[in-house]
Amino acid sequence: MITVEGLTKRYARNVAVNNISFEVGKGEIVGFLGKNGAGKTTTMRVLTCFLPPTEGKASVAGFDVLDQPMDVKRNIGYLPETPPVYPEMEISDYLSFVARLKGISGADIKKRVDEVCERTALGDVRNKIIGKLSKGYRQRVGIAQAIIHNPPVLILDEPTSGLDPEQQLHVRNLIASLSGDHTIILSTHILSEVEQSCSKVIIINEGRIVAVDSVDALHKRGRATEIVAIEVSGADGFTVKQKLEEVAGVARVVSRDSKSGNVAFEVEGLEGSFIRPDLARTIVHAGWHLTELRTVGESLEEIFLDLTRAEKTDAKTDSKKEAEGSAQ
Amino acid sequence: MRNVLTICSKEIKSYFVSPIAYLLLGLFGLISGYFFYSATAFFVMSGLRQQMQGSQQPMSINEYVIAPLLGNSSVVGLFLIPLISMRLFAEEMKSGTIELLLTSPVRDWEIVLGKWAGAMAMYLCVLGVSALNIATLFIWGSPDWRPVLTGLLGLALQGGCLLAIGTFISTTTRNQIIAGGATFAVSLLLWVLSWVTSYNEASWAQVIAYLAIPTHYEPFAKGVLDTKDLVYYLSVIFFGLFMTKRSLESLRWRS
Ligand SMILES: Nc1ncnc2c1ncn2[C@@H]1O[C@H](COP(=O)(O)OP(=O)(O)O)[C@@H](O)[C@H]1O
Ligand SMILES: [Mg+2]
Repeated sequence: MITVEGLTKRYARNVAVNNISFEVGKGEIVGFLGKNGAGKTTTMRVLTCFLPPTEGKASVAGFDVLDQPMDVKRNIGYLPETPPVYPEMEISDYLSFVARLKGISGADIKKRVDEVCERTALGDVRNKIIGKLSKGYRQRVGIAQAIIHNPPVLILDEPTSGLDPEQQLHVRNLIASLSGDHTIILSTHILSEVEQSCSKVIIINEGRIVAVDSVDALHKRGRATEIVAIEVSGADGFTVKQKLEEVAGVARVVSRDSKSGNVAFEVEGLEGSFIRPDLARTIVHAGWHLTELRTVGESLEEIFLDLTRAEKTDAKTDSKKEAEGSAQ
Repeated sequence: MRNVLTICSKEIKSYFVSPIAYLLLGLFGLISGYFFYSATAFFVMSGLRQQMQGSQQPMSINEYVIAPLLGNSSVVGLFLIPLISMRLFAEEMKSGTIELLLTSPVRDWEIVLGKWAGAMAMYLCVLGVSALNIATLFIWGSPDWRPVLTGLLGLALQGGCLLAIGTFISTTTRNQIIAGGATFAVSLLLWVLSWVTSYNEASWAQVIAYLAIPTHYEPFAKGVLDTKDLVYYLSVIFFGLFMTKRSLESLRWRS
């Protein structure tokens, strides 16, 4: 549904997006993850035909953003970083106006406005002036205007930023409920949001893509060894630790705090070993109770930091090389 | 065309839900009402005096009331028009709603035309106050209606020009106050250009005077419809809107 190839966007002074390429398939929910200033908004603005690309190609629903902007615009719903609402208008007037702009025929407008009001739970406030709404409601109006023409592709720029946790939850549920009918690309700088809402993540840093992967795959990557969290009851910590260290393939055993008064450890295996079955067997043979045994994944947070940090050092060595090259 | 109407009617509604429309109507009603009242009173008084002196020639109400009233309206318009046009794009750029317009399946010229037409409608409402004043004269007397109609048409066209320029200026800044101030400055400049011919008969002065706005209004006030003036007004409107469209395009490349 979305194809981006070698896209670069330069502003007068800086490069906001630098030669990025990615694809989003039909029905996917993709999280566009990056720190502030990473280039998320810029990319989205190119996809929505708000800004022209400096170099490269982008197409949405099979239409090129430069050559067929009208077709692209008909096929997307876009929620910019700040919801594009007119504070002096009533919600239902505003939504009718947007519906008309999006080319919905006069006869269908009322029906569509009713539908999106219901979908975004705006029914009770639909005759209120937008300027008097809370931020959470305003964001819902923003989403309502994005889906009013039932576009196949939704582009949502930081849909939950600036909302309180309850409003965030509501917006997230709303997005989840939209996922069946739409291809969605949403940007965020909040990692947990990607884990909850998205099937795929594109991590962008300083205008470059540093990773494109499924959320599961991202969890698995970044660490070659296995770490297992273990909790045992009915034994003293020292003996258990000793026993565990003897298990073949174990590199390290670290004590952990446990709330329930049991003894708990994190056991790291050697590279390439698979230690879980052996750990379980050892504990059961010793006559202790195994209350927990699970593989600890690296948190997305750490992976994200690793990836963006690696990018920075790469860039540094690149510029160093360039400097050396020019010195010669 | 449907998109033009959509945007235009939204603009009109926006004027009337905000205080600006009532401010403009009130202000204009007050000023032109005062002029109208004093001009009519003066007309009636001097008419009576002339009758008592046994003068045979009746005074023309067109000359003594309507022409000055329309002339005053055109000056007052100079101040009101920047207030109408300043928000058109500046406000959208400031609040970010411009992203909605530019990412909807609407062409740039439709946006420009819709915005201008909305402002024009607001301006015509204001002019309507003048027209209402004048209409009362038709109840009591029988003025020549021709210069009234051409005069109003001239005011409308003149306003259309300044609004087109104001619309363009509104795309160049997100600050409404700056947009309004700049529009006023440019309008004033186009106004005073006509003064050069008062002192200078050289051909360059004629050219400059041709660019001035009041130069083209005078024939309208006298009930004369000249294609030369119509062409001037329509080309200024076209030029202003064309510049607006280009500015909107460059907004995308600029930002
Ligand atoms: N209109 C603009 N003019 C100049 N630079 C800009 C403009 N918009 C964004 N930038 C710059 O481009 C970079 C990427 O910005 P943006 O796409 O907004 O990032 P994000 O949405 O990920 O926070 C930033 O360094 C920002 O300063
Ligand atoms: Mg952003």
